[in-house]
Amino acid sequence: MSPKKSGRKAARDSESDDLAVPAVASAAKATRPDGSRRVVITGAGTINALGHDVTSTLEAFREGRCGITQLNFRDVDRLSIQIGAQIHDWKPEDHFNRQQILLYDKFTQFTLLSAKQAVAQSGLNFAGKLGLRSGVILGTAGGGLNTWDDNYRAVYEEGKNRVHPFVVPKLMNNAAASHVSMEYGLRGPSFTVATACASSNHAMGLAFQMVRSGAAQVMLTGGSEAMLCFGGVKAWEGLRVMSKDACRPFSANRNGMVQGEGAGVFVFEDYDSARSRGAEILAEVVGFAMSSDAQDIVMPSAQGAERAITGALHDAGLNPDQVGYINAHGTGTAANDKTECAAVAHAFGHHADRLMISSTKSMHGHLIGGTGAVELLACVMALREGVIAPTIGYQEPDPECALDVVPNEAREAQVDAALSNAFAFGGLNAVIALRRI
Amino acid sequence: MTDTITIKSRIRAIIAEQAMLEPDQIADEATPEDLGIDSLGLVESIFALEEEFDISIPFNANEPEKSDFDISNMGTIIAAVERLVALKAA
Repeated sequence: MSPKKSGRKAARDSESDDLAVPAVASAAKATRPDGSRRVVITGAGTINALGHDVTSTLEAFREGRCGITQLNFRDVDRLSIQIGAQIHDWKPEDHFNRQQILLYDKFTQFTLLSAKQAVAQSGLNFAGKLGLRSGVILGTAGGGLNTWDDNYRAVYEEGKNRVHPFVVPKLMNNAAASHVSMEYGLRGPSFTVATACASSNHAMGLAFQMVRSGAAQVMLTGGSEAMLCFGGVKAWEGLRVMSKDACRPFSANRNGMVQGEGAGVFVFEDYDSARSRGAEILAEVVGFAMSSDAQDIVMPSAQGAERAITGALHDAGLNPDQVGYINAHGTGTAANDKTECAAVAHAFGHHADRLMISSTKSMHGHLIGGTGAVELLACVMALREGVIAPTIGYQEPDPECALDVVPNEAREAQVDAALSNAFAFGGLNAVIALRRI
Repeated sequence: MTDTITIKSRIRAIIAEQAMLEPDQIADEATPEDLGIDSLGLVESIFALEEEFDISIPFNANEPEKSDFDISNMGTIIAAVERLVALKAA
């Protein structure tokens, strides 16, 4: 099936008609029509419940494997939610020395491992001038939440009056970004973004804009989350939006989200720079848009989501019918999935019935602030390998989610452009557009 | 009987506070929506009821209709809380 070939005329709305000139030329031009730089992905790394690297994660996507299992950590028996996409076989001592482990919360450890893979794949060396022109922007919602949890326990529950001197540098939300900058000598713009479930997409969008504007030549970007500890899950329990048995996005019998943990890091690089050094290009980042609902602290808005989607298309210079795949926010909650489907249906018109949209959270869980980074891998896989990651756990059609959600099994399809959606609590939306290159 | 009346009035007081109304304005047939209680307000009310009566209310906001805890209106909420309080006492 080749969605890109069907219905080219069908789905043009008035907004897309204004964009008849593609902003991204397929020829080897270094700049976009507006004179800004083109941005490409030249490296990727991850660790999540599906695998400790990109290869194993994509293999799990192809197999439709579920990484959600029984949670295992201290005091888990006092939780009413007992499942999560936890990385059970994580051994920090395999990757870091004693001093590093004392200084790195788990979310930093996950980040550094992912960054190492991404930088290795890119083949970049940041010594000299390149380091001055490179930076790192990462997303996380909870930062060093395990460190907070352990140390609150020490002082409140165990009555200790002393904590380790590294508690603050370990738990701060920017710790991961700072350690990545130190590891690779990235001396340009570096910071951390916290927008709940959209953190990684906001981070990657900003990194894209940095390279596109020429403010940086290379940006490491993505996000990380390590919230699977007693306090982290207990907090989520309170909202009563968690499933006790499975994450079933878009399925009529879905009953909530399931948390995950891990990280994803990418190398975003100036197209000219990547071409001139003969780097392997995984995909082009062509558009990004943000919007806020300005409406409710937890309930999503279809209009807000739609504005981010159409904004990303506009920024990318893509017509709606050029998009073959969307990696959905798809949390598996009643509210998100129907709202997201309404937003997609409205943004794409008739083409909504031809594109594929899947939620990989059904496999790797919801990595909260890190989720967009792991999910971007599914977009890269769709563009590069022509394989669409499925929405697993899908059991019953929901008339309010009547799109092609690629149920349960991966599918082969040629895709030229893909979107990745993220819609955070607080009504903060961020959508990224990628293109095959 | 006195216990039942007390439980009812305590529940009404909790819901009334959430709805920013007086307890005597909370009719048995009133739905959460009638009282202006949205999804977050409902989850907060359920938490307050759990704390007040030291009970655990099985409620998933994604499938409220499947829950044993019937939130259709004030009458069903009161009945469900009374049942959980009785179960706890038994």
